[in-house]
This record gives sequence, C-alpha cells and structure tokens, in this order.
Amino acid sequence: MEQNSLININNLVKRFPVGKGEFTALNGIDLTFETGEFAGLVGPSGSGKTTLLNIIGSLDTPSDGSVNVIGQDIANLNIKKAAVLRRQHMGFIFQTYNLLPVYTVYENIEFPLLLLKMSGSDRKKAVMDALDWVGLTDKIKSRPAQLSGGECQRVAIARAMVKKPELVLADEPTANLDAANSHNILKMMAKLNKELKTTFIFATHDDKVIQYLKRKISLEDGKIVNDENVINKGE
Amino acid sequence: MIRFLFKGLLRDRSRSLLPILVVTAGVTLTVFAFCYVNGILGDMIEFSAKYTSGHVKIMTRAYAENKDQVPNDLALLEVNDLISNLHDDYPKMEFVQRISFGGLLDAPDENGETKKQGVVVGMAADLISENTKEIERLNLDGALRKGRFPEKSNEVLLSDEFATKLEVSPGDKVTLITSTMYGGMSIQNFVIAGTIEFGVQFMDRSGMIADISGIQNAMDMNDACGELLGFLEMANYDDIAALNVETTFNEKYTDPNDEFSPVMTRLKNDSIMAGYFEYMDGAVGILISIFILAMSIVLWNTGLIGGLRRYGEIGVRLAIGEEKGHIYRSMILESIFVGIIGSFLGTIIGLGFSFWVQEVGINIGEIMKNSKMMVPSVFRAHITPTAYYLGFIPGLFSVVLGTMLSGIGIYKRKTASLFKELET
Ligand SMILES: Nc1ncnc2c1ncn2[C@@H]1O[C@H](COP(=O)(O)OP(=O)(O)OP(=O)(O)O)[C@@H](O)[C@H]1O
Ligand SMILES: [Mg+2]
Repeated sequence: MEQNSLININNLVKRFPVGKGEFTALNGIDLTFETGEFAGLVGPSGSGKTTLLNIIGSLDTPSDGSVNVIGQDIANLNIKKAAVLRRQHMGFIFQTYNLLPVYTVYENIEFPLLLLKMSGSDRKKAVMDALDWVGLTDKIKSRPAQLSGGECQRVAIARAMVKKPELVLADEPTANLDAANSHNILKMMAKLNKELKTTFIFATHDDKVIQYLKRKISLEDGKIVNDENVINKGE
Repeated sequence: MIRFLFKGLLRDRSRSLLPILVVTAGVTLTVFAFCYVNGILGDMIEFSAKYTSGHVKIMTRAYAENKDQVPNDLALLEVNDLISNLHDDYPKMEFVQRISFGGLLDAPDENGETKKQGVVVGMAADLISENTKEIERLNLDGALRKGRFPEKSNEVLLSDEFATKLEVSPGDKVTLITSTMYGGMSIQNFVIAGTIEFGVQFMDRSGMIADISGIQNAMDMNDACGELLGFLEMANYDDIAALNVETTFNEKYTDPNDEFSPVMTRLKNDSIMAGYFEYMDGAVGILISIFILAMSIVLWNTGLIGGLRRYGEIGVRLAIGEEKGHIYRSMILESIFVGIIGSFLGTIIGLGFSFWVQEVGINIGEIMKNSKMMVPSVFRAHITPTAYYLGFIPGLFSVVLGTMLSGIGIYKRKTASLFKELET
C-alpha cells in the first residue's frame, strides 16, 4: 500500500440500509489518486459515483475497507475532524452552485477563508487572485441572483479554489450549464489543475466533462469496471 | 466572521425583520403591561394611603397594638403640638388628623321620635378648614350626589344609599349615638349637608363622613385624634423616603415604656399593603414568564421557517467544513443581535406608550358618567427604572431560546446527503 499517495482506497464497501435489508452501493473499490490528477468517476445513474465522492470528501464513512485521504483515515474520523479536513484541504463544487444568496460574489469567495481565520490582507489577495482565475473581477459586488448560471458556477469554482486546497471534488458540475459554459468552466479547472497542481475528482456522466479528463474511472453497480489514463482534448 | 454574519443578517430582511418585529411587539407589550400593572398597583397603594394608612401613620403605641378595634380611648393627645413639631421636623410633609368611629344614627320625625335608625360607620377628616386638601384627597368631588360639602363642624356627608334608607335628605337632622373617648355616652345632632356614593358596598350601606372638629366635639376628643396620617411630597409612595421618616420619628418620639407615646408605621409595614408589594413582584414574574413563553414559541417557529429557507446555506457551510457547533453558535449570536435590537425598539415604544398613559391616564370616570368616591376613575401607568431594562429579559431570552430550539435541526443534519440535497 502506497501511503504517499494523496488518496488511498482499499477494498471499500458501502452498504445502505434499505427496508429490512441492505443495499451495497460500493463493492470492493481499490483506488489511488496522486497529487495533480484530473480524474472522473463515470458510469450510469446509480452506479455509485456520488457515494464514492461523498466518502472521499469525508461527508460519509465507509462500511468496510480503508480510505485514506490526505493522511486522514476517513473510517475513524469524527465529525469535527472531518470538518477540519474539509475546511483545510478540500473544495467542493455542486451541480446547483449553492452560493449564499445574500452575499456578494466577493463575500461568497471570501467565506472559506474566514473559516480558516486568515488575516484580512491575505484574504483580500487570495480572493482577488481567485476572481482573476475565473475572470470575474468585474462582478465583485454582484449578488448571485444577478449572475448567469455559468457565472455562478465560476464563482463556485473560485470559492472552492480560493484556499488553494489539495483536492477539489465536483459532482455533476456541468449538469445545469449549456455547452459553451460547460467547456468554459472545464477549461478553467483544467488550467487551475495544471498551474496549482490541485487534484480534481469529478462525478459525471456528461461527455463534455469526460473529454477533458486525464483519467477516467468507470463504475458499474458499485464496482470499477475500467480505469484508464486518456489523452484528452486539453493536452 | 461576526461582521460577515451581521452583513448577512442585515441584508436578509426576512431573516432579521420578522424576528425583530416579534421581539419588538412582545417587548412593547411587556414594558407597557409592566408599567400599567405598576400604575394600578400604585393606585391601589395610593388609595390605601389616602383613606387609611397615609404614607406614614402615627398612633399611640397602645392604639397601634389594637388598631383593628379602632380604640379611640387610646387616641393621641395634644395633637396640635405634635403637628407643629412635625412641621418643623418634616417641613415638606403634610399631616392630617383622622378619627374612625362607629355608632347608631337616628333619623327623627318632626316630633323628635325615632323614624329610622341604622348602624353607622364613620370617618372624620378636616373638611372645612380653609386650605384643607382632604376633599380632594378623599376623592369626594365627583362622588357628591345631592347637596353640598359641609361648611360647619356639625354638617356631615352621608352615603346616598344610607340616606335613602333613613329617609333623610340634605338639610335634615340626624342624631349620632356613640361613646366618648372616656367611655361615656355621646348623643349629638348633625345636619346632613350632602350625600355621596362611596362605590364600596359596606360604606354605601352605612357610611358617613364628618368634619374632624364636629366629631372631636361629639366624642370629647379635644386636641385628640385616633390617627395622624402623614403624606410625603411626591405623589407616589416612596418606601425609602417613608422608611427614613419612620426611623427618625420613632427615634425621637417613641418611648417604649410609655404606651401612650406616639409611634409611626410606614405604609409598607401595614399588613394589608405588604401583600400588595409581594403581589407586585409576583405579577411581574408571571408577566415576564408569559411573554417569554409566547414569544419563544413564535420565534421558534420563525426560526424553523428561517431554517428551511437557509437549508441550502447551512448545507454549503457544512460541506465547506464549518463545524455544526460553530454554525449553531453563529445563529445564536445572530439571535442575540436580533434580541437586542428588538428589545431596544420595544422598550422605547413601550415606554413611550406608558409615558402617555402615565401623563394623560385612561379616564374611565368619563365613561362611567358619575365617579365614585372609593373607586379610582383614572387609570395611570407608572414608569419605574425597572421598566428600562425589564423588556430585555423576555426579548433576549425568547429569541435565543427560539433559535436554540429551531437550530437543533443542524445537529440532525447528515453530511452524507449534502451532495444530493444540494443538487436539487
Ligand atoms: N442514503 C442512501 N440510502 C439508500 N440507498 C442509497 C443512499 N444513497 C445512495 N443510495 C443508492 O446507492 C446507489 C448509488 O447511488 P449514487 O448516488 O452514488 O449514484 P450515482 O452514480 O451518483 O448516480 P447519478 O448519476 O444518478 O447521480 C443508488 O442505487 C442509490 O439508490
Ligand atoms: Mg450522483
């Protein structure tokens, strides 16, 4: 077992109680991710993509097997420590953006840094950098309701990236976007992945996303059926 | 972080405005209700002061010990000397003589034979001297039903009902049969000057008000009176000032070895009044509890609705790595802010309203047409320093409690379902 990898998953099983019985959503997953990967979990609906992303993101715990993320054993992490892990090392991108509606673009991006108790001047610099990455420096004072869907998702990317986390997890980030915007944000994330060496893991069944992946992990019925490195459009 | 939270709170009107309104309304009601109860109880205290206890009351030690029996044989003597001494000692206070008496009242026919007779309950006060305030103090003005006020020492006021029962009217003669302070029989004629309505049943059945000099004459009580009531210069009873007067007076005038030496008790020491004071404290406690309860329930629900609206926000905050306790505490912090603002506004509005009712009063006398002597006709609120902070107790407590209850949901939230929840 290579403990130096960013993520180490060994024989992961996840069962959900369903009625009186159990449903096995993930069944014997073995995976490793290295720093700087741009990987995607792909597969049909119900194959276990979100479930796996949840466990990697310390939002859920495995039923069996071991999952080690950035040096933390997810199975034995209490909710407090899990929160710390997410706060310090992870960024999340959701299908529906989930920006805080009463705050401006600037404040939405600033929020994760406030949780990290970063000083005012560092915060300002980091937020301005993040705005620059996603090309929204002119929308600083806008509220989410005043932005287009593509712009909202760019704010969400900036929010996930502003603290320069080791790992960004994105579940169906393009599901609500049109083709042009989907390509736009994927290019953005591919660029950030390259420049900042941030590891990205997607859960998607969108071909537009798949085109950009450097590694494609196919799931079916909770099992990995294929795991390949691909030469993608971005290269 | 705190600034960040407040920014959100101020911008999200539905998060701040509704709870602030609820708190403001509740605190306004609390403050006003407090001042109003204060006013009514204050009126009751004042009422008792005017009729029976004064702010302070001087009796002989022997009289005080048996005061329930109104033992006029133990009355204060050399009262005029005592009053002039008191004027030197307490120049801002007013002291008035009172005698309570009982007996039979006889209404004769034109031949001098008894026509009707009844038991009389009487009170004597200074009604005829030039600068007397007793007519006003005893609230006689609006209560007069027939005739006029006494102008001579042998003129009296009779309860209107009692007069009807005795078949007498103003101008008629009545005979008071009672005992002198030395135990002898006293038979004295009086003239009815007017009739009044007391508004209190037992006084209406047999009440009489006479001038003090007429009764002193009838009862052989020259320069003597049963009770000397003292009134402080302020309109409302002030226990600290009264205590001060009581202490200094008793130090100077009371002789423990002489049961005819004068002794002073202040209003709060009067056994019935002590109950009122306790009642006041109890009423305030109940009042606050009710408002805390009612407002908490409303705010709990407001919080639950707010929690639903903020479901997504809380989810994102959890995903980003904010701890549950931190979110919970931040919501309580917000609620304290809401509580302070609402309490502040509510206190100002409540005090304003109370001030108006304190100055103007709610005059039920006008509605009732004829006022009665012993029924207060104007209700006034009374603002005490407590009213300045009292509202903050239910204001803050309820909003924090409401938030604590509604926020418990945060702890039940499963992070495992965040991705799914945040996808819809
Ligand atoms: N909390 C749960 N309780 C019971 N079953 C669950 C739970 N969460 C997921 N499942 C089941 O596990 C399987 C995998 O779910 P998951 O959400 O990971 O699929 P997915 O690959 O993300 O699908 P989609 O592409 O539709 O998002 C599904 O059959 C789902 O019904
Ligand atoms: Mg999914």
